[in-house]
Amino acid sequence: MINVIKGKVWIFGNNIDTDQIYPGRYLELTEPNKIATHAMEGVDPTFSKNFKSGDILIAGDNFGCGSSREHAVITLKELGVAAVVANSFARIFYRNAINLGLPVLICKDACLKIKKGENISLNLSAGILTSLETGESIQGEKLSDHVINIISNGGVIPMIRAQLLRNTKK
Amino acid sequence: MHALEKILAKASGKKQVSRGEIVTAKVDMAEVNDLYLQVIQSFHKMGATRVKCPDKVCFVLDHYAPAPTIHSAANQKAMREFVKEQKIQHLFDINEGVCHQVMPEAGIVYPGMLLVATDSHTTTHGAFGAFGTGVGATDLATILATGELWFRVPAIIKIKIDGTPRKGVMAKDIILYIIGKLGPSAAVYKGIEYCGSAVDQMSMSGRMVLCNMAVEMGAKTSYIQPDKKTITYIKSKTDKKFQVFTTDLDYQYSDEYNFDITDLTSQVAKPDHIDDVDNVSDVEPVKIDQVFIGTCTGGRVEDIGIAAKILSGKRVHDGTRLVVIPASKNVFLESLEKGYITSLIKSGATISAPGCGPCLGAHQGVLAPGEYCVTTSSRNFPGRMGSTDAKIFCASPATAAASALEGKLSDPQKYL
Repeated sequence: MINVIKGKVWIFGNNIDTDQIYPGRYLELTEPNKIATHAMEGVDPTFSKNFKSGDILIAGDNFGCGSSREHAVITLKELGVAAVVANSFARIFYRNAINLGLPVLICKDACLKIKKGENISLNLSAGILTSLETGESIQGEKLSDHVINIISNGGVIPMIRAQLLRNTKK
Repeated sequence: MHALEKILAKASGKKQVSRGEIVTAKVDMAEVNDLYLQVIQSFHKMGATRVKCPDKVCFVLDHYAPAPTIHSAANQKAMREFVKEQKIQHLFDINEGVCHQVMPEAGIVYPGMLLVATDSHTTTHGAFGAFGTGVGATDLATILATGELWFRVPAIIKIKIDGTPRKGVMAKDIILYIIGKLGPSAAVYKGIEYCGSAVDQMSMSGRMVLCNMAVEMGAKTSYIQPDKKTITYIKSKTDKKFQVFTTDLDYQYSDEYNFDITDLTSQVAKPDHIDDVDNVSDVEPVKIDQVFIGTCTGGRVEDIGIAAKILSGKRVHDGTRLVVIPASKNVFLESLEKGYITSLIKSGATISAPGCGPCLGAHQGVLAPGEYCVTTSSRNFPGRMGSTDAKIFCASPATAAASALEGKLSDPQKYL
């Protein structure tokens, strides 16, 4: 697990839903590289062109609300989003992100304290966001042991793969 | 314990579970819809070869039914092949309808079960006393490979709704009103139980609407304590034995809200937020380009029935389109037998094949830039039904029909 992530910030508001992250009209796509070209299209149609791999998203309340679509995580991950920070996450988006290994951090009011384009670092295990420009740190929520276990296994797919192999050997 | 906790306890082989605890639970039914070929891809990436419990899995081809593009047709083809190869018991193909209507009709939803699907509106099945919850594709693949999944035991919110609604005020109006008061993240990671005299009086279809839209407040699951009406419905669909759980008297809800809907009038969620709710009569009557009556939120027999009643013998307003999509084949048949469909066609409606239709902007009536729509579906996010420059009002089927008739957002009161 990569513990410390550094990157430049993009700021979004409250209730960024899965239709804005990944519009429903592209749900038939199944190849991650094609899915990535439509990231955040419902909020900003130029986003995927201007985004630099390794950048970090910071949003307000309830990021990822709406549909169960895993495409919303695939599109961000494949585009190179290093992490998503938000006041809170919608439940299914949060599970999907953990399952696929997209780091997510609940950190209240980061979207108000950090500005677009600012460089920050995230310490995932400690749940701390630090501005590399002002030096200010914000304490977010630490990931639960269960979530850390999934992430340290490389996501749910390798974890289940290992579990199935163990069962076969038994 | 809450009834929902008792369901999780039983499914995870425990006597007791408590709020916040992580449990691994056996899933009684896992449903995959045609948006998520990713489920099968993740299943293979896990190195799995056989579906663990093929009798507890169903595929429903509803979001792209029938397939509008080569890509969606290829995805559906791959799913049919997977179902056959894995001897999966239930395949509801493009002729059946929306999963949340089709599964209860088929008798595979019952009280006390744990139902997991690749669809956020799986909260709908709380109307039958089931623990229904939506997940993403990889979580569903885990269930296919192992028969189980991890869950965090949720806190539960109690929403008590009392009163007798005025004529023409539907479950959709009630739930929009509640969402407007509580907001879109009031129940994130929590369950919602609905109770009260208004819920007791409500039809199964109405209860499904309340539970369906719990997810628009962020809920993980939803619940209505099964009563005589629930049991009668379930027994009309299946002979399967089931267990009805009840909540202990000392259970502590995380929050409790009380609503009285006696004086409630028709409600509308204005673009682009589902919690931006107002009385229809207090909103500027903007010109409407399309009205959509359908989906797992508003496409059942009573929804189509009230629309047919309002439009009976009259014409849809010139310059407004009315798209009606029955939620399922059975809803379609019953609406035909009752004469609703014939009447609506004569009024100028376009009837399309049972399924999700334009709710998610896939096909069968997507919106052009600058258009305004009144829909009985559940979401008005920007771009949800097509162009991000289209504007969506979410309302009841009665309001939708009145708006189709007048060509502008209209209160249905005077037609009922």
